[in-house]
Amino acid sequence: MPNFINILLNHFDYTLIIVAMGAAFLGTVSGALGTYAVLRRQSLMGDAISHASLPGIALAFLLTGTKMHLLLILGAAIAGWIGTVIIMAIVRLTRIKYDSALALILSTFFGFGLVLHTLIQKMGNANQAGLDTFLFGQAATILKRDVITIGILGGIVIIIMLILWKELKILIFDEGFAASMGLPIRTLDVLLTSLLVIAIVIGLQAVGAVLMSAIIVAPAVAARQWTDRFSVMVLLAGLFGAVSGVIGTIISSTAAHIPTGPTIILTATLFVIISITLAPNRGLVWNSSRQRRYNRNLRMASNKLIEQPQQKSE
Amino acid sequence: MDVPKTNAISVMDLTVAYHETPVLWDIDLDVPPGVLLAIVGPNGAGKTTLIKAILGLVRTASGKILIHNKPYEEQRKIVGYVPQRGSVDWDFPTNVLDVVMMGRYGSLGWIRRPRKNDRELAMHAIEKVGMEKYSNRQISQLSGGQQQRVFLARALVQDSNVYLMDEPFQGVDATTERAIVGLLQELRENGKTVVVVHHDLQTVSDYFDWVTLLNIRRIASGPVQDTFTSENLRETYGGRIGFMKNR
Amino acid sequence: MQVHIEILLIAIITASACALPGVFLVLRRMTLMSDAISHAILPGIVIAFFFTHSVSSPILILAAAGTGILTVVLVELLQKTELIKEDAAIGLTFPALFSIGVILISRYTRNVHLDIDAVLLGELAYAPLSRLTVLGFDIGPVALMVMTVILILNLAFIVMFYKELKLVTFDVGLAATLGFAPTLIHYGLMTLVSITTVGAFDAVGSILVVALIAGPAATAYLMTNSLAQMLFLSAGVGSVNAVIGYLLAYRFDVSIAGTIATVTFLVFGIVFLLIPNRGLLSIARRHLRQKWEFAQTMLVIHLLNHEGLPEALDESEISHLYEHLQWEPTFASKVVRYALNNRCVSQNDSQLILTDRGRTIAEQALIQ
Repeated sequence: MPNFINILLNHFDYTLIIVAMGAAFLGTVSGALGTYAVLRRQSLMGDAISHASLPGIALAFLLTGTKMHLLLILGAAIAGWIGTVIIMAIVRLTRIKYDSALALILSTFFGFGLVLHTLIQKMGNANQAGLDTFLFGQAATILKRDVITIGILGGIVIIIMLILWKELKILIFDEGFAASMGLPIRTLDVLLTSLLVIAIVIGLQAVGAVLMSAIIVAPAVAARQWTDRFSVMVLLAGLFGAVSGVIGTIISSTAAHIPTGPTIILTATLFVIISITLAPNRGLVWNSSRQRRYNRNLRMASNKLIEQPQQKSE
Repeated sequence: MDVPKTNAISVMDLTVAYHETPVLWDIDLDVPPGVLLAIVGPNGAGKTTLIKAILGLVRTASGKILIHNKPYEEQRKIVGYVPQRGSVDWDFPTNVLDVVMMGRYGSLGWIRRPRKNDRELAMHAIEKVGMEKYSNRQISQLSGGQQQRVFLARALVQDSNVYLMDEPFQGVDATTERAIVGLLQELRENGKTVVVVHHDLQTVSDYFDWVTLLNIRRIASGPVQDTFTSENLRETYGGRIGFMKNR
Repeated sequence: MQVHIEILLIAIITASACALPGVFLVLRRMTLMSDAISHAILPGIVIAFFFTHSVSSPILILAAAGTGILTVVLVELLQKTELIKEDAAIGLTFPALFSIGVILISRYTRNVHLDIDAVLLGELAYAPLSRLTVLGFDIGPVALMVMTVILILNLAFIVMFYKELKLVTFDVGLAATLGFAPTLIHYGLMTLVSITTVGAFDAVGSILVVALIAGPAATAYLMTNSLAQMLFLSAGVGSVNAVIGYLLAYRFDVSIAGTIATVTFLVFGIVFLLIPNRGLLSIARRHLRQKWEFAQTMLVIHLLNHEGLPEALDESEISHLYEHLQWEPTFASKVVRYALNNRCVSQNDSQLILTDRGRTIAEQALIQ
């Protein structure tokens, strides 16, 4: 690892190191938190939260007039959180299913964000680049103080996750059993969703709203293929997320005109492809060779069975 | 009925409703300690709901529930729960020992991590259900019967006084069913109270000593030989038990 | 003036074209496929654009629709490995394809007329600028023509395969045993969704097209139990949203597509609150009305259950009710008054006695 940092130091400038650090932090946090979302089959919740955060960012800007990272993050978090609450309410109170509620909130909140954005543009103190960054991510815009914000918020998320490790684990594995032990599952549920919201909004600047869901999903899916242990899965997902963040940022910064989001996502996707093909035990290659071995044994066994009566008849 | 002080579970005037549709109507139920009790009734009779109400998992419209004469909140540590096997995702990245260890979480309380002692207790419970060879096995690689044994071990490790089990025989092979029955009877011999949601009417009198017949209301409850009568069954199931021979 | 009418027409027709397949997506719990398709078609659009240099050429629409189908196939293949669940498969596939599209655009189409924002956000106001001319005659905006063709296509598919779609939506297993090839119908529907999405992204962009597909269909789902009615309502709600959205956007000079999406949410919210029977308000009102009725039934059943038993005296004592039923004392006395007024119980000193009327109510509730 120090070797890696040395290479970084030799080849890249200070700004890039800052940016890569930010990307590594948020990759770790979203990868680790993504594990919970993926195991609860709420992979696309991240998509809804990231899209729903746009009106929050726009409102925070309209109300305060600042471009202060923390305030915009706060606005994004509140809007994303309200979005998830409405999704849950729709599912609980109506016949409308989870997928439709998610699609509805994702797209209409985003639409409202666009309306606010056109209002901001009319006021003339913002440019299109702001929206582009929000949509596709531009890690180059990450400054040192942003990295500190990401680090602190991400650190809080990880610490809460570690403190409530066994409680959150049993919540996502067996909610009924958790409740029977007296755990306040509603509160824990809200807490877990809030952690996910934070993990997502700190990633918006680098990855962008459109692609944020993938940095939640991909590291967790890749990690799942290598292990059957929850703790290892969380660890690996955090690692894959961090590495994707760093590699994606470096690629994006060396090639001109490419936003960071897509390069981070494609790196993470590469991890998934490698994992589902090559991972031992679960991987496709492993599985198909096991299947071939099984078929060969079966064929040999059945050949023997067929040969035996023939021998008798001779 | 006049000795509620010693009951393992007393349910008094329990009504549960989902959106004003009653699932259980004014249930009274007394379970004496040390019995192996089957809750029997047709689909939609509220069997699972009754167990969940006792565990405080569903909101009640009326009624009172006591475990050894105290409300459930105070008795959590002496109650073990086996949910339906289908209620969890068996592809979850965890192994047998880990799931069984979850039974210790309740007595550990918040934040504290399981220790060596908890691990030993878990291993002991795993041996008890005959799964010691599989303690490191990923749970998706278990058969239905083995999964049920794991759930049972998780309840055993809670070291409870009262056990509530939701269809522990669902989808298990004959060997496992016999093994589970043996375990339940052993629990009863040790003075524990075991309440089981059960589907198979044929085996009620072989496996259990008490039975509660339920169909939204309590039809009858008591020792099997007095309670498990064709008349009571007809009342529970309506006309739909033609396959049962007269007992 | 003509521009307004043209924009309105495009909005209405686009909304209806999206709202129709949306009904089947909502009912089949596949709404998120539209989100996936609308994003994943981007590389198809870009690659086709290299060859056609036009955003509304039929070739481009076909190529993009092809990418949409590819997305569906990819998601299904990933699921078939049993290594990845459906939601995660969707959440992996479309960002990857979309990323490829974004990189292609940013690398190779600089200064060309294919703007990433246009693809993602659309701009309805510019739609009438691109005209379709035949033999020198201007016969209208290209977008209007394209969306009309797509709407007719959707209508034709739904009318022709109505029975099959209905069966596949409600009972895939039965559809398969009856030989209705659910897979074929499924891919037919997904092709329609892809074509509709491509056609609509020019006007509203790929994120808001999801609002047009999911919003009206979800709203209609709250309003009716009949599939045919739901189709009409969905198209109707979609059109109304489009008209209100456009008028508001024009009034306040903001993003048209964004406003339509916002209105879609508001209309959904209003229906969600107010619709008779299923709305939040009527649920609350019914809850309140039934509360006393239900409590009274609980009371008479309680009395019936203990009638004639040794503990009956204790159980029917008014002052003991709150203890037995765990009711608040004030609530218990209100219920007793309610039941006395309805002559379901009578009072003898401090004891409650079941009347014949009360006994009938209790017995009926228990049989139901």
